[in-house]
Amino acid sequence: MIPLYDYSLDELSQKLQKKEVSSVELTQSVLKRIEETKAKLNTFITLTKESALQTAKTVDQKRIKGEVLSPLAGIPIALKDIFLTQGIKTTCCSKILSQFIPPYDSTVVKRLKQNDVVLVGKLNMDEFAMGSSNENSCFGPVKNPWDLERTPGGSSGGSAAAVAASQCLGAFGTDTGGSIRQPASLCGVVGIKPTYGRVSRYGIIAFASSLDQVGPFGKRVKDVAHLLKAVAGRDSMDSTSADMKVPDYTQFLTKDIKGLKIGIAKEYFIKGMEASTEKVVHKAIDHLKKLGAKIIDVSLPHTSYAVPTYYLIATAEASSNLARYDGVKYGYRAKASTLQEMYRKTRGEGFGREVKRRIMLGTFVLSSGYYDAYYKKASQVRTLIKRDFDEAFKHCDLIVTPTSPTTAFKLGEKMEDPLQMYLSDIFTISANLAGLPGLVLPCGFDEKNLPIGLQILGPHFKEEKIFHLAYAYEQSTEWHQRKPTV
Amino acid sequence: MTSYEAVIGLEVHAQLKTKSKIFCGCSTEFNAKENENTCPVCTGMPGSLPVLNKKAVEFALKMAMATQCTIHEKSIFARKNYFYPDLPKGYQISQYDKPLAVQGKVGKVRIHRIHMEEDAGKNIHGTVSSYVNLNRAGIPLIEIVSEPDMRSSQEAGEYLRELRSMLRYLDICDGNMEEGSFRCDVNISIRPLTQKEYGTRAEIKNINSFRFVEKAIEYEIERQKEVLESGKRVVQETRLWDSEKNQTFSMRSKEEAHDYRYFPDPDLLPLQIPNTWIEDVKKSIPELGAQKKERFMNQYGLTEYDAGLLVQEKELAQYFEEVVQICQQPKLASNWILSELLRETTATQIAASPISSKHLGELIKLIQKGTISGKIAKTIFEKMWNSGQSPKTIVEKEGLVQVSDENVIRQWVEEVLKNNQKFVDEYRAGRTKLLGFFVGEIMKKSQGKANPATIHEILKKKLDSKGE
Repeated sequence: MIPLYDYSLDELSQKLQKKEVSSVELTQSVLKRIEETKAKLNTFITLTKESALQTAKTVDQKRIKGEVLSPLAGIPIALKDIFLTQGIKTTCCSKILSQFIPPYDSTVVKRLKQNDVVLVGKLNMDEFAMGSSNENSCFGPVKNPWDLERTPGGSSGGSAAAVAASQCLGAFGTDTGGSIRQPASLCGVVGIKPTYGRVSRYGIIAFASSLDQVGPFGKRVKDVAHLLKAVAGRDSMDSTSADMKVPDYTQFLTKDIKGLKIGIAKEYFIKGMEASTEKVVHKAIDHLKKLGAKIIDVSLPHTSYAVPTYYLIATAEASSNLARYDGVKYGYRAKASTLQEMYRKTRGEGFGREVKRRIMLGTFVLSSGYYDAYYKKASQVRTLIKRDFDEAFKHCDLIVTPTSPTTAFKLGEKMEDPLQMYLSDIFTISANLAGLPGLVLPCGFDEKNLPIGLQILGPHFKEEKIFHLAYAYEQSTEWHQRKPTV
Repeated sequence: MTSYEAVIGLEVHAQLKTKSKIFCGCSTEFNAKENENTCPVCTGMPGSLPVLNKKAVEFALKMAMATQCTIHEKSIFARKNYFYPDLPKGYQISQYDKPLAVQGKVGKVRIHRIHMEEDAGKNIHGTVSSYVNLNRAGIPLIEIVSEPDMRSSQEAGEYLRELRSMLRYLDICDGNMEEGSFRCDVNISIRPLTQKEYGTRAEIKNINSFRFVEKAIEYEIERQKEVLESGKRVVQETRLWDSEKNQTFSMRSKEEAHDYRYFPDPDLLPLQIPNTWIEDVKKSIPELGAQKKERFMNQYGLTEYDAGLLVQEKELAQYFEEVVQICQQPKLASNWILSELLRETTATQIAASPISSKHLGELIKLIQKGTISGKIAKTIFEKMWNSGQSPKTIVEKEGLVQVSDENVIRQWVEEVLKNNQKFVDEYRAGRTKLLGFFVGEIMKKSQGKANPATIHEILKKKLDSKGE
C-alpha cells in the first residue's frame, strides 16, 4: 500500500473531501515520515507537531459538520524559515535571529491559516536567503534527497528537499535570484516564482526588496497551482503588492497546447553548461513541439549583464535591509561596553560569512561617489533587461529555458569560490530583475540520476499561461513520477 | 576693521499632526506610555513594510502650496542609512533627490525644498542602562529647507515665526518648539560685506526655542568673526547649542560626517500627485496670517501693528472677528482684546477664555449704547473673567447701569457744588483746572454710574451761570 505522504497534494485533497482519509491520519503519516528522514536531510529547523495535529483535528471536525472548505484544508505543508509565524521561532537560519519569536504572522501565513492548512514546521535555508547551495545556514546544509552528498540548491533548499522527500505535501519559499527555481530543479520538484507583486511580502524577512517574491513548491503542477491561488492577491500591508484579480489557476490546466508560441533564447544555451543538461532541455523543447507548440527563436541580448546587475542591486538593498539587526531590540546581542562596540561585535558574530560579504558589497555600491557608477547604472541595465523580455513577448507566449547550468553539485564544492557559486543562478536571475513569473518542473535526469528542471518564463501576471504549458508537459511525460529513495 | 555680513539658511522639521503615523496605523498621541504607540512596522520588525499615510501627504501638500512651492508630480521616498538605537530599521525613510516640492517663498526668503520623512524614536539614558522609546518613531515630518537668504538673527526669527504661523493656520502642526513638534537647524556663515562668495558654514542643531535660535545666531556670528579676525579659518562642522552656557560647541567635523548611502526605498512606490489631488487640497487652504493681516488693515482700519498682533494665532484672529460681528466696533474690539484680554490670557489659549467672544462683543455694545460707562466696563470685564457670566447678567445683578437721568445727575452736581463752595469760587475766579475735581467728586457720589457726558454738560452749565 502506498503511504499517505507519497500521494500528491491534489490527490490527497480529493481523498480528504471524499472523507476517505482524515487530516489527522494524513498529518500523522507526514509527521512520521519527517521523523524517519529529517536527520538524514537536515530539512527542518522547527517542528510544530502538536499544533499541526490540533489544526488537523479541527479541520476534520469542520468537515464532519459539513462546512465548505478550501481544497488545501487539512493538507500538511511547511515553510521556509523566512516567513514570520506568530509565536513560532523564525530564524532565517542566522545566528543573529536564532532566538527570534515573531509577534505577528506574515500575510502568507495568515492566508494559509484561512485555508485551514496544517503547518508542520519551518524549513532550513541559506542564511537570509543568500546562497545557492543551502550551505550558508547556521544550522548546517540540507542534503539533496537524490544524493545525500550533494546540495539541494538554495536558498530555499529545505523547502525543495522536504517536498522531494515527501516530508510535506507542499512548501513555500522565496526567490530573489532563483531561490525557488534552482532548488526545485536540483531536487526534481515543481516550483514557481510568481510575478513581482503577485504575493504579499509582508512578514517575510527581506533580503532584496525589489527582487524578493514568494512562491510554492509541490510534487505536481496542479499542487503548485492550488498553493499559489491560496496566497496570491493584493495585501494592503504591502504597497508593492498588485491590485489584480487572482484567477483560479487550476482552471487552466489542460493538455492541449496546439499553436502556443514558445520562445527559445540562444543566450540561455551557453558555454560551461553541462552537456547532459543541455541535451535534456533540448529534448524537452522537442517534446513541446511534438505536442503542437510553435518554437520561435527570440533574443534577450542583455542576458550576460544579469548576474553583475543582480549582485549590485541585491547587495545594495540587503545592506540596508539587514541594518536593523543591530542587537538593540531583538535577536542576538554581543557583550560590549560601548554602543559602537555592541554594533560591531553583534553583527560580526551574528552574521555568517556570505551575509557579511554581501553587506560589505552593498554598502560599497551605495557609497557616496560610487552610487552613480554602480547602483544607478545597475538600475538602468535592469530596465534594459526588462525591455528585452517585453520585446520577446511580442513574438511568443512563453519562453522556455534551462534552470541551472548544472545538476546538483557536491556539498563543499563551490564554497570557496563565490563567483562560481553566483553563476549557478545565471538562468534564473533575469526573471527577478524583470519581475517576471517563472516556473520550474522536472524534465529529465542526468547520467548520475540527478534531476534536471525546465524553466518556463511568462509575461507579467500571466501565471495561468505558464501553468497551462507546464501541466501539458508534465501530463505527457513521466519525470514527475520518479521519487528519490531516502 | 572689516565689516561682516551673516548668511543664514534654516532647516525646519515640523511634525505633522495626523492621527496616525506616516507608514503605519499607530497613534501619534504625545502623552502615551513608553512604547505604547508601536507596532511591527514602526519598530522595524523583520518582515514589516511601510504603507504611506495619505493624510500626511495631504498635510505636506498644504504647506507646499502655502509656501508657493512647485509640487513634483512624482516624488520618491529614499532610505537614509545610519545606525542609532532610536532608529529601529537602521535607516530613516525620507526623500532625497526627488522631494515632494521645491522652489517656494515665504516673505522675502526663498524655499529650497520641502520633503516628507519619518521621525525617529527617543533614547533615554538612565544611570546604568539606556532605553529607547519608539512612540515618536514614524510620526510624519516635513523638512522645510530655506535658501541662505537671511542676514541677521532678526530676519531668521521673523521667517521662523512666519513658518510657524503658516503651519498653525493650516492646522497641520502644533508648532511647539519646546515639545519638539517644530525643530530648527541653522546653517550660518559670515563674509566680509565686500565679498560675493559665501564663507564656510557651520550647522547648529539642538535649538529648542525661538529666542535660542536668535541667540545662537548672534553667538555664532561673533564666534566666526573672532575666528576670522585672528587669521584662522572657520571649519565646516556641526555644532550644538548649549542653552545654559549660551554658546555653541562643536559636535562633529565634516570629515566625521555620515555617508547616508541614500537610495530609493524599494518598499514604496513613487508618490504620484495627480492634478486633481492638488486642486482638492488647494480648496481646503484657509486664509493665512499674512493675507489676514492685510485684510484687517483694509477692512477694519487697524494699524499694521495691531493687525499683526491679532493675526499671530488663528484662534485670536477668529475671536476678534466674532467680537466685531457682534459690536461692529473693530477698533474698540481690537483695544479690548489686545490691552485687556491678552493681559489675562495668551493668544494660543484664547479659545479657553472664560470671556467668550460673544460676551466681549456685548460688553463693547453696552459701552457704545451708553448703558454702562467705560470705567464700569472694566469692573464688569473683571467680573466676567472670574465668573464667565454675560455682561448683561452682571450689570443687572449689580445695578451697574449708567445713570443718564438729568434730574438725578443735577441733584448730585448741586450737592457737590454746595459742599465745595470755596472751590466753586476759585473756579469762577479763573481756576478752570478744578473742573476735573468736580467731575471726580460727582462720579464718586454716583458710585461710578453717572454718565460722564451728562455730568459734564450739567456741571458746565451750573458753574458758568454764576449767580444762581
